[in-house]
Amino acid sequence: MAASDHDDEHDHDHEHSQLSALELRVRALETVLTQKGYVDPEALDVLIDAYQTKIGPRNGAQVVARAWRDRDFRRRLLADATTAIASLGFTGRQGEYMVAVENTAEQHNMVVCTLCSCYPWPVLGLPPTWYKSAPYRARAVKDPRGVLEDFGVRLPDGVRVRVWDSTAEVRYIVLPQRPAGSEHLSERELAQLVTRDSMIGTGLPLTPRSAPTSGAAP
Amino acid sequence: MNYDSHADLGGHDGYGVVRHSSQSEAVHDDWERRVLALTLSMGATGLWNIDISRAARETLDDYDKLSYFQVWLAALEKLLLQSGAISVDELAQGRALGAAIPVARVLHAREVAAALAHGAPTLRPPGAPPRFSVGQCVRTSSVALQHHTRLPGYARGKRAVVERIHGMHVFADTHAQRLGEQPQWLYAVTFDERELWGPRTPQQQSLVSVDAWESYLEPA
Repeated sequence: MAASDHDDEHDHDHEHSQLSALELRVRALETVLTQKGYVDPEALDVLIDAYQTKIGPRNGAQVVARAWRDRDFRRRLLADATTAIASLGFTGRQGEYMVAVENTAEQHNMVVCTLCSCYPWPVLGLPPTWYKSAPYRARAVKDPRGVLEDFGVRLPDGVRVRVWDSTAEVRYIVLPQRPAGSEHLSERELAQLVTRDSMIGTGLPLTPRSAPTSGAAP
Repeated sequence: MNYDSHADLGGHDGYGVVRHSSQSEAVHDDWERRVLALTLSMGATGLWNIDISRAARETLDDYDKLSYFQVWLAALEKLLLQSGAISVDELAQGRALGAAIPVARVLHAREVAAALAHGAPTLRPPGAPPRFSVGQCVRTSSVALQHHTRLPGYARGKRAVVERIHGMHVFADTHAQRLGEQPQWLYAVTFDERELWGPRTPQQQSLVSVDAWESYLEPA
């Protein structure tokens, strides 16, 4: 079976030629469903707004930053991530059961859903295009170090890679290692070091020097 | 009739590099946002559940030619037609022609925040105690099932170790077939890379875990 490029963003030229047809098709469907009373058009707008402005990876960054600063929270996060994350106000759809997996000097965690694109929405928002793409889903389990190299991440030899394939309703978030030189930072500053990809395991957190808020030096 | 999932991609070769960019990943086209919202809203009506929805997506004939939200759109149309909620003519003409069928619920704007915050929990009260314990060696089922299932092909018929017990969860296989929730214990089980890919695949110092319902597993 030939690999399909259609899932990834480099195929957008092809997609653009279909865009108006797709727009019309979606609009027609929305009209039928609204006229038949199955959907409330205002609810559609509220849903769209929620995933555009409220639910995204800044939520997860708060969780990680809290865990870096607060030893007790970190312990609770690793023991029962659902409850710990809910204590920061992040719950619900596609994050009903959360597990946090911790990166250490010996072990690096990486999350995938090979069967579809399961992803922890309440803490990370909607998945990025590459997470849903065939190359990521196919290779993350078999060639995780190769995938990490695609992302420019090279782990030292001796670091074990733990891949979590989200095949049920449990959703995983990676707790990255706290970067060196971040000891003096506030929780808010720490959160700025936490990238989305570092919580999926395809990236590492920023270092205080590379972060956009380097003005917050000691 | 053969059940043919086109979504079981794990471990397949030939897909090339993962293309990513730091920006624009979260930005969607307007029609994609509409499809997301329509799918969530129609999910709330109770005409189908998330496992039926996944089955509808993974069995689309042109699955591998469609983008992610094209898959969602095609599956939504398929489910709406199958359930009799809309007709082919209505879909073609883009307007209602007949009466609506009864639905359990319509999601209204004021209920959205609470509905998202609650989600759709699948945890159920435990009946019997779990059959397996953490650290136990198990073997996954080698049967290629003719219905929606959540044991990936690459993880079939392999030895694993029970890593976590997640609790008793709605069983996706029966839920997707409208055979009820039939909750089962759910485990995270961990495979060694050599067990999954054989001794000739270059070693990566890696372990892979999947979440597996109890009936996917036998003692090893």
